[in-house]
Amino acid sequence: MDNAFFDTYVWPALIVTAHSLAIILALLVSLAFFMLADRKIWAAAQLRKGPTMVGPFGLLQSFADILKYLLKEIIIPTTANKPVFILAPFVTMFLALSGWAVIPVNEGWAVADINVGILYIFAISSLGVYGVIMGGWASNSKYPFLGALRSAAQMVSYEVSIGLVIITVLLCVGSLNLTDIVLAQETVWFAVPLFPMFVVFFISALAETNRPPFDLPEDESALVAGFMTEYSSTLYVVFMIGELANIVLMCAMCTILFLGGWLPPVDIAPFNWVPGPVWFILKMGLMFFMFAMTKVIVPRYRYDQLMRLGWKVFLPFTLLWVVLTAGFLQYFGLAS
Amino acid sequence: MTLTSLAFYLFATVAVASSFMVISSRNPVYSVLFLILTFFNSAGLFVLLGAEFLALILVVVYVGAVAVLFLFVVMMLDIDFAELSEGFLQYMPIGATVGLILLLELLLVFGASSTLVDAGPLPRATPEGMTNAEALGRVLYTDYIYYFQAAGAILLVAMIGAIVLTLVPSTNPKKQNIAQQTARTRDEAVESVNIDPGQGL
Repeated sequence: MDNAFFDTYVWPALIVTAHSLAIILALLVSLAFFMLADRKIWAAAQLRKGPTMVGPFGLLQSFADILKYLLKEIIIPTTANKPVFILAPFVTMFLALSGWAVIPVNEGWAVADINVGILYIFAISSLGVYGVIMGGWASNSKYPFLGALRSAAQMVSYEVSIGLVIITVLLCVGSLNLTDIVLAQETVWFAVPLFPMFVVFFISALAETNRPPFDLPEDESALVAGFMTEYSSTLYVVFMIGELANIVLMCAMCTILFLGGWLPPVDIAPFNWVPGPVWFILKMGLMFFMFAMTKVIVPRYRYDQLMRLGWKVFLPFTLLWVVLTAGFLQYFGLAS
Repeated sequence: MTLTSLAFYLFATVAVASSFMVISSRNPVYSVLFLILTFFNSAGLFVLLGAEFLALILVVVYVGAVAVLFLFVVMMLDIDFAELSEGFLQYMPIGATVGLILLLELLLVFGASSTLVDAGPLPRATPEGMTNAEALGRVLYTDYIYYFQAAGAILLVAMIGAIVLTLVPSTNPKKQNIAQQTARTRDEAVESVNIDPGQGL
């Protein structure tokens, strides 16, 4: 009896906990380097060197930054709504981290290989808006509040096109499971036949994660620092980690939906010697490079242009593609 | 089995407690935040039933979109809480009556369905041989396609109606015509004028 209890409940729980901790740890460490890569790419495009002082080539810069933030005093404005103010950054971070529970880095490597994995990620990424709204409202100050309102409208708008892009991919796969979605791309990555959808998804992901050129919620020329204006020290760094984790989650989602996940580009000798997770990380790195380059190259959108792009361009376009894809699959009898 | 029932009681308790907080907390923003917590726990209950598709749709639609709009509106309201609670006693009898009628109806429906209708065994959330997303899709898009389309049409009409009712046409609209802007050529945008010194244009 005792042994059975251990085998059915305790042991699986321990394994899942260890697995989750390993992924969170790896993710948090890699975030430090993603942050550095972002700054280095930004610097290189502007003919600067970026961080060089801490560690070789400035590799340890992010760790120094985090340490600096953690050691500073936490300042909470007197008129702020204290519980919500403190809760907000943690909501952002925990949501971004919990999305990783279903991401398959290799076949069968996901913590939870659930049937509706893609919906889970979609739900998690659509909840990201709460951290921003709560932070902006709880600060009880004008600029954060304006940032929060902008963010709410922006993220709800772009979720619509992200949802339709996901539906297009799902039509081609016939399953909501992330592993099935990757395995369906063994012959050709979806980035090739669904290239326009890939572009729409990439741009919507920029808007969904508040990245430039759509970083209007933290538009420094108009809103100081947007919803983060009143945040400092530890709470600020938690917000930053959450935002960056969301960006990396979106990169992983691009990789799974369009770039064939852990599959090699072509299934021949030198390529399929490389293990799957390496491919996965390389593809995520490529996506992140594109996120970083967009930040350097593209000037910030105006808010009405952002709304126009979301509702008047992407919504009709993705809707048309859903109908076309469904019609194509039905006509050629490819529907699964 | 024990773990499932433990999870059920956890989700159910938090759902009931937080839905009570929705109507009892004085700050409307807290109400919406507790509403979100209620949705989450209901989604948890759906997962326990094996209806994971429904659970995640609940989170995507209600938490991800509807509650965001609630929060959006509530945050912008500048409510005087003392004034709000003034009318409480006045409306108390009406509210209590409505609540009582609803309770009676629910009891009647529950009593009738358990005694009069022989429904047979309860349908399960996970049918044989297909995922519940597929089963739900079959019911909505194959068995009841016309009702589904009718519901969609009604929602569309309601949406257009709401827009028409609230749209205030601007007297001075500053619309950006992007096609016109990008179609501009150098010839129509720039003019080269040769001005004599001291003459001006």
